[in-house]
Amino acid sequence: MIRFDNVSKVYARGHRPALDQVSVEVERGEFVFLVGASGSGKSTFLRLVHREERPTSGGVFVAGRDLSRISSWKVPQLRRQIGVVFQDFRLLNNKNVFDNVAIAMQVIGKPRHQVMSAVPETIEMVGLAGKERRMPNELSGGEQQRVAIARAFVNRPAIILADEPTGNLDPTTSVGIMRLLERINRTGTTVAMATHDDEIVDQMRKRVIELVDGQVVRDQARGVYGARADA
Amino acid sequence: MRARFVLAQIGNGLRRNVAMAVSVVLVTFISLTFVGAAALLQMQVDKAKDDWYDRVEVNVYLCPAGEPSVACPDGEVTEDQRAEIQALLESEALSDYVQTVYLETKAQAWEAFQERFGDQEWAQRITEDQMQYSFRVKLVDPEQYQLIYDELSGRPGVQQVIDQRSILEPLFLVLNRATLISVGLAVLMTVTAVLLITTTIRLSAMSRRRETEIMRLVGASNLFIQLPFMLEGAIAALLGAVLAVGGLWLGVRYIIEDWLAESVRFMPFVDTADVLTVAPILVAVGIGLAVISSLVTLSRYTKV
Repeated sequence: MIRFDNVSKVYARGHRPALDQVSVEVERGEFVFLVGASGSGKSTFLRLVHREERPTSGGVFVAGRDLSRISSWKVPQLRRQIGVVFQDFRLLNNKNVFDNVAIAMQVIGKPRHQVMSAVPETIEMVGLAGKERRMPNELSGGEQQRVAIARAFVNRPAIILADEPTGNLDPTTSVGIMRLLERINRTGTTVAMATHDDEIVDQMRKRVIELVDGQVVRDQARGVYGARADA
Repeated sequence: MRARFVLAQIGNGLRRNVAMAVSVVLVTFISLTFVGAAALLQMQVDKAKDDWYDRVEVNVYLCPAGEPSVACPDGEVTEDQRAEIQALLESEALSDYVQTVYLETKAQAWEAFQERFGDQEWAQRITEDQMQYSFRVKLVDPEQYQLIYDELSGRPGVQQVIDQRSILEPLFLVLNRATLISVGLAVLMTVTAVLLITTTIRLSAMSRRRETEIMRLVGASNLFIQLPFMLEGAIAALLGAVLAVGGLWLGVRYIIEDWLAESVRFMPFVDTADVLTVAPILVAVGIGLAVISSLVTLSRYTKV
């Protein structure tokens, strides 16, 4: 579903690359953690998949497409197959929960009847039934993140990219968010999540890819946060 | 769903930036008024030219009685000279250029003169004999005056050849100058309008940065993200254009049709029908300006 072939990304000439010769393959329906210190290249990895950045060298393949070859007007088509979730939620504060989720369908021209059925269904799935009319500032952090996940998932994308989705949340709330992502993963959606929350990674026992200074130092099925492959 | 969504976006954008939207409306209104005024002035010039050039003639004044002058060293024109000039004007050689030739006799000249100035004392002392013969020559193409002038001036018996067009020249000069000024102001105001629209759209795009960012994240196409901004600008410009057409229409209706055309009857004026001819051009220019300035702005502010 996602394949990196010797991908390097250099933001500024002369600086250390954010990603250095990374080759990784993520299968359809997998759940992958990207771990590593700040600046190790996790976010860059996700941004490359979402085609917000282009690799300096190497090939990025997502859902069978070579991202270095698709033209910029086809990028929106690609992004419709990918849902993204961020640490800071990125909700529209002047829209209520329903509209925040619906916007993902409205802007790609989904017919009204589909919006009217898929949005409440997804809101219910993330556990916010009955809160459709609330505004984001009336919700807790965990609830806001659920809205963001609903927005990412409402179009049933093939891939969900989550960049530190629990970074702003307390441990208990984080567990709830992880259950939700796991549930989404079980529907067959590939989930790639960057995090440095070791407890979560250790609990979930999913595949772990560790990045240090832009290089993959560990790629372990059913891994834990701190362990090294040789430890 | 899409149309509804876009409309809601536009409504939001306009409401959030009322002051800017109003200023865009006003500045396009004023700039398009000048564009329209320039067009109408030019139409006025064409109309007046069409009408007058149909009527203007070349006057060939023949030597009058009295003191000999440089043009008429031998005093008054003789019968023979007069006949010769008439024969020349009606000759085969000039038949391509001359439409009609009409001889105004002294008696006719005196009558016309008395009719015009007869109520004044000095005019009543002028006798028929002080008047002069003249030919009124109507040309096929009034622009070809020079040819007739070259042919006739300096001939014995001819005092002066006058192109009536030259009497009208100052008026056309004024109208053309007015057109120029109007075009100048139109250009200036249009530049202002473009800059203002650009700024407005930029502001609008900045205040909705988060929204456009999210739209981009979930895979909205470029066009879809930019459309609300473009339409906002276009709607404001359209309103401005409608105001400009309305303003011009009122101006022409009340100042020209009701007042000028009533009091100055010797020339045709532009009318409200002409304003309606110009209207679609103004609307197109307004919307074109808005769309072009938003495309330029947006390509920088809402990139995929």
